[in-house]
Amino acid sequence: MNHFRMEILVKPRPGLLDPQGKAIHHALRSLGWSDTQNVRVGKAIYIDLEAEDSDTALETAQAMCRKILANPVTEDFEVSIVENTERITA
Amino acid sequence: MRVGVVTFPGSNCDYDLYKAAQQIGAKVEFIWHRQKNLDGYDALMLPGGFSYGDYLRAGAIARISPVMEDIVGFAEKGGPVLGICNGFQILCEAGLLPGALVRNDSLRFESKDIHLRVEQTDTPFTSEYQKGQTLRMPIAHGEGNYEADDQLLEELEAEKRVVFRYASSDGELSDEANPNGSKNSIAGLTNKSGNVLGMMPHPERAMEEILGSTDGVGVFLSLATNLSTVVL
Repeated sequence: MNHFRMEILVKPRPGLLDPQGKAIHHALRSLGWSDTQNVRVGKAIYIDLEAEDSDTALETAQAMCRKILANPVTEDFEVSIVENTERITA
Repeated sequence: MRVGVVTFPGSNCDYDLYKAAQQIGAKVEFIWHRQKNLDGYDALMLPGGFSYGDYLRAGAIARISPVMEDIVGFAEKGGPVLGICNGFQILCEAGLLPGALVRNDSLRFESKDIHLRVEQTDTPFTSEYQKGQTLRMPIAHGEGNYEADDQLLEELEAEKRVVFRYASSDGELSDEANPNGSKNSIAGLTNKSGNVLGMMPHPERAMEEILGSTDGVGVFLSLATNLSTVVL
């Protein structure tokens, strides 16, 4: 078994109102970044897992997203392996 | 009528719900989220609150609690299930109700009295109301903005599953009367077979004059009336 660190990006679906992004957008504009066009806020989730190979690791993380980490009604997700040596420190 | 009020870590409307069910004569018991075997209950209720601190998404962790498997089974057999506020969010996450509840478009936690228009009275939860009647009851949520795609909205409307809509005190729909940006002003809806109701407003907090409204009584009274004529 090999160790993989997964990075999972959970993003609000296009078209879905993202009030948090809107609030941050207002904040950025009021700080002077008046060219700011759009802000969308999602989540980054990091998971250490053991798997045979990278394909299996990716499949596992995608299954996690479908089962619980993302809500298919409102969110899209993206899964990648960021590096496979160091563990997440608590 | 034997009613179970399901308590998750972080539920905070469980006692209100207990009292509300008791007020209309039910024998009420708390069900801890780890409990298995829900035999003997006539109705199950999921209270408001912040189960698991709303981590990940409101209701996302609660819906994998051990008790949920039996709640899904109970609902699939036609047993009445009422989810209020966080209970509604859990029912959506569990797939018992379609769609999702996202952050209020106001960007605020909305805690105030609002008005609802009763859209359907042929459900086990609303038969004691009149169609078109307006009710006043509190809301208290940060994520009550009902989200569904156009196809689902069409389906919900065609199947008459929208039970409550946010409205003005005289029953008019408008953006001003919609406190969270919910699509089609949806405040409460049922599953296909009508035995599962989720709603963001709190009928259990509108049960006595001293609370400012008794408009919530109808939900519990309807259930009691219907259960006394139906053998599950």
